[in-house]
Amino acid sequence: MTAYLIRRLLSVVPIMLGVLMLTFLLFRVIGGNPAYRIAGKNATPEKIAQITRDRGYDKPYFVNLQDFPSQLLDAQFPRLLGRLLRGDFGESITTKEKVSDILRKGIWPSLCVTLPLFSLNLLLAVALALLAAYYRNTWVDRSLVVLAVMGMSVSSLVYIMVAQYWLAGEWGLFPVWGFENPYYLVLPVLIGVIAGVGGSVRFYRTIVLDEMYQDYVRTARAKGVSPQRILFSHVLRNALIPILTNVIIALPFLYTGSLLLESFFGIPGLGRMLVMAIPNGDEDVIYAETFLGSILFVLANTLTDIAYAVADPRIRLK
Amino acid sequence: MNKTDIKPETLWAIAWRQLRRNRLAMVCLGILAVYVLVWFYAEGVFWSARIADTTPAYKIARYEIRNEPPSWGHWLGTNYAGKDNLLLVAQGTRIAFEIGLLTSIIVIPIGFILGAFAGYFGRKTDSVITYVFSVVGSIPDILLIIGIAYVVHGVVERSVAMQTLTRYIDSGLLSVCVAMGFTGWVGLCRLIRGEYLKHRDRQYVLAARALGVSPLGIMFRHIAPNVFHIVIINFSLRFPGLILTEVVLSFLGVGIANEPSWGAIINDAKQRLWLGNWWELAGTTAAMFFLVLALNLFGDALRDALDPKLRTSQPAA
Repeated sequence: MTAYLIRRLLSVVPIMLGVLMLTFLLFRVIGGNPAYRIAGKNATPEKIAQITRDRGYDKPYFVNLQDFPSQLLDAQFPRLLGRLLRGDFGESITTKEKVSDILRKGIWPSLCVTLPLFSLNLLLAVALALLAAYYRNTWVDRSLVVLAVMGMSVSSLVYIMVAQYWLAGEWGLFPVWGFENPYYLVLPVLIGVIAGVGGSVRFYRTIVLDEMYQDYVRTARAKGVSPQRILFSHVLRNALIPILTNVIIALPFLYTGSLLLESFFGIPGLGRMLVMAIPNGDEDVIYAETFLGSILFVLANTLTDIAYAVADPRIRLK
Repeated sequence: MNKTDIKPETLWAIAWRQLRRNRLAMVCLGILAVYVLVWFYAEGVFWSARIADTTPAYKIARYEIRNEPPSWGHWLGTNYAGKDNLLLVAQGTRIAFEIGLLTSIIVIPIGFILGAFAGYFGRKTDSVITYVFSVVGSIPDILLIIGIAYVVHGVVERSVAMQTLTRYIDSGLLSVCVAMGFTGWVGLCRLIRGEYLKHRDRQYVLAARALGVSPLGIMFRHIAPNVFHIVIINFSLRFPGLILTEVVLSFLGVGIANEPSWGAIINDAKQRLWLGNWWELAGTTAAMFFLVLALNLFGDALRDALDPKLRTSQPAA
């Protein structure tokens, strides 16, 4: 078990290096010298040259072969790697704030929106999925599926605009914009659930149905277990494994928050910060959020695998 | 009857027969056909104006009729610049299909070829390719899409070679498609790799190998036709997601700005809604809704019809 654990955790390292390399290639190598973006549209060539020198953008990308070997790692990628390993995410070019502070401040509002949204969505979706699976191949199931697909076919942007305009603006049922007390969260959460539940129902229905056609269900039915009991104590308990896997994998996405909900309702979370960072070319913010999002995703994946290995000894042998 | 007289029914024929029995799928196919007609019409409008070097009707602003509600003259009303919404929505249909096509031009070759090599050769090749798609798959999709779209926008602005290209393809469209293409291949690659793993030890592959067919010949002449339905299912289920993502990208400012994509129209409608112009949003949403709905439902039906594994596991309960 220990050997498996170590092997699994070590496998995170090359993946994370790859993620960093990819973001680096994207933003530095393909994107060109970031100094142009930092300096703004009407910068003098001297200013750009100065930023380039100060921030080390004139250094080679991966290894520095000048003055070999003492300067070998004096290149952009190794320096970036070292900076990130020390937990230094740089600073925002617009507000000059440290990115780590921005992240720390943004995470709480983000979680305030996404946690209730995520749990409500999960409960509602699993309940509806069970309902659809219980009445499979009847009109209940079919209309639930069509309704779910219909819900998925409207852009989440439209849900937000319509609800914000009518429910909050015209009818004044909810605050339109801001983050002052829990009441400000009701509408964003509600919209998030409505916009997301269709896709989730469809997904969980497939999972539950997969279980429904297993042999143990036939056995249970043959020995006279009632259909309700089969659904809740046999099928649901087995379906919980893929459902939980999906939940764990979705958890890291909670931290990026909901980009759209946050920016429409003025919630100062990570999603809104990212949305504002893009037009400003605030590279370090985009960079840090991508990096953290990926690291959380990879860790969550690894934890799921380890949990599986704890539950099922056969997996460890692979 | 002589056995050789029976012509075996192809997978496609069986699938088509099953699809035809599915009334919902046929309705969706009809809806899709209408959209394809609108797409062709919009391409015609766009290119004829391009060739004649005139401003197409949907781009002409007429401020004297701005923000008019739906009427017989303008079925979906007019927008803030007096442009006819119906014409704009039709152009949006064109862009939606162009996004689907352009993205697939990136996704299908990368996903299919890498998946085929990984699955067929295994060992080192497989490890390398699996590593690459694990890395790409580890970055939350929306973040990577935004990142690529943002960078491509910048590159297009600066590079001269790109500007030649963007004379034919809208620069926003290009960055949106590149972004969604370079993130979207991972899913297809996983599926294709799995299929090739299954097929590489089948009898017909062994027979081909014994006859001395080259690995490339086996991969692309012998196995490919047997797994190509996966590509089609994958496309039909991915397409609606592309349309919805484009809307988000336009909102974030890394999408299409110079052409009336649905995302661009919805983004415009955002401000007009507070001025009482609801028809701009309603018309676009309706157009998007029926296309995405039809694609989703048809994609599901197509998967049920083409994937024999699902076909057998669905007992007539």
